[in-house]
Amino acid sequence: MTLARAINVSRRYGDVLALDRLSLDVPAGQLVGLLGPNGAGKSTLVNLFTGLRRPSEGTVELCGRDPRHAAARASLGVTPQETGLPSSLRVVEVVDYTRAHFPRPLGRDEVLARFGLTDLARRQTGGLSGGQKRRLAVALAFVGRPRIVFLDEPTTGLDVEARRSLWDAVREFHADGGTVVLTSHYLEEVEALAQRVVVIGGGRVLADDTVDAVRGLVAIRRVSVSTASPVPDLPGVVGREREGERTHLLTPDADRLVRDLVAKEVPFADLEVRPTSLEEAFLTLTGSAR
Amino acid sequence: MTTLALTHAKFQLLETVRIPMALIGSAFFPAASMLFFVVPFVGDDPVYSTFATASMVTFAVMTTNLFQYGAGIAEDRAQPWDPFTRTLPAGPGPRFLGRILAGLALMTISLIPVVLIAWLFTAATITWGGALAALGALAVSALPFTLLGLAIGYSLPAKAAIVTAQLLFFPLAFGGGLMTAPGAAPGFVENIAPYLPTGGAARLMWAAVGDFRFDLTATVSLVAWTIVFAGLAAWAYRRDEGRRFS
Repeated sequence: MTLARAINVSRRYGDVLALDRLSLDVPAGQLVGLLGPNGAGKSTLVNLFTGLRRPSEGTVELCGRDPRHAAARASLGVTPQETGLPSSLRVVEVVDYTRAHFPRPLGRDEVLARFGLTDLARRQTGGLSGGQKRRLAVALAFVGRPRIVFLDEPTTGLDVEARRSLWDAVREFHADGGTVVLTSHYLEEVEALAQRVVVIGGGRVLADDTVDAVRGLVAIRRVSVSTASPVPDLPGVVGREREGERTHLLTPDADRLVRDLVAKEVPFADLEVRPTSLEEAFLTLTGSAR
Repeated sequence: MTTLALTHAKFQLLETVRIPMALIGSAFFPAASMLFFVVPFVGDDPVYSTFATASMVTFAVMTTNLFQYGAGIAEDRAQPWDPFTRTLPAGPGPRFLGRILAGLALMTISLIPVVLIAWLFTAATITWGGALAALGALAVSALPFTLLGLAIGYSLPAKAAIVTAQLLFFPLAFGGGLMTAPGAAPGFVENIAPYLPTGGAARLMWAAVGDFRFDLTATVSLVAWTIVFAGLAAWAYRRDEGRRFS
């Protein structure tokens, strides 16, 4: 059974094309990581699946229905942005408010206990620390016993211990048959949780594979050298950029590139090899690296 | 659905009550108008002060609803909490209803000083039957302004919504004859007032509290405005996708 489905979906904001005929299926029971740089279209896609926006073209389904219908969202869990919690309300009031929308929600005490919020129940959300707000935000996604949960950067800004305990909560939900769509900038978070990774860039699906396969795809190194004359074309280079004397070369195999530089007697200085950021790797994947 | 509407109403009221200045603000303006304009000028005349109180009540109903919904909802929509509530499995019904219940409660609070001032400091009088009829008129009058506020709040960004509410409330108040005694407004106001929602509401209120003939045309136009604003509010809610960027 497919819980979330996008078929040839495009979404425009004025002249900007945020999603470009994108198709994606999320079957029940999967834990999918949506990975992509800012502006790739991740949030737009999630907004379509959660019924916040409608597509300009194409079809979006949640549990087999249009997500803009309330009934389609009865099995949906979403995290609010932690900056947006109503600051004058108490933790327990926010939990109760969310519970009131679902036919058979988790018990209030169970929600509070599972996410370590019991001692904070009477606090106003405006007085919580960043990590505490994050825990509350993630807890709200699970309040309605959802079948599918969309988690947006769930552990950004958390310390290691809090991150592990949230990851455990997500794994537990998944082990009980729950479906999770996780968006993140961070490969590490997606690696820790997801089985399947979908890389989005320029409003399209660039890669849709296992975690290992995608890690290989984005494991691009950046080799920088200073040379007087331009570096000749070398095999395995997927992107290059020249700033004055400095040339940056992007390659999946940095060792081989360095050996080639030496073998071809390129007169370089100040050799530097760095892992690329995910963003650089994505830009390489989209072929738009300069 | 009703339980959920009550939950929404409670949530709204809690947010307002925890910032008490918001309450004082909505109660201050109508009370101050009573003290500055009604008490010194017509306070000794039982007939005029009763009508003037009814006009001030209508005025308070219009302004509190226009601003609390128009500006309040537009501001809420800009908060990141709003998109979250729209992912919850409930249609527009309970949210609309909850907001309206909370709005009625806040409106009642803002009316208490007006009524107290009229009772203590003016010669205004009302029979028990008249008071009951006035409550009915109040409920009927609150509805179109609530819906107009909702339409503004859901269709405009916060800054535009506040300006729109400000631009609307004065002509509506003056054009509807709220600033003048029944029958004493300038000719053109007397002509258009029955066809404005404020005029319809004030006429209904005057008929409830005093010796003013029930005006069928004005009441029918009030109902027509209610239907129009309901349509606008529903349309604005449906096309709303939160903050809009282009």
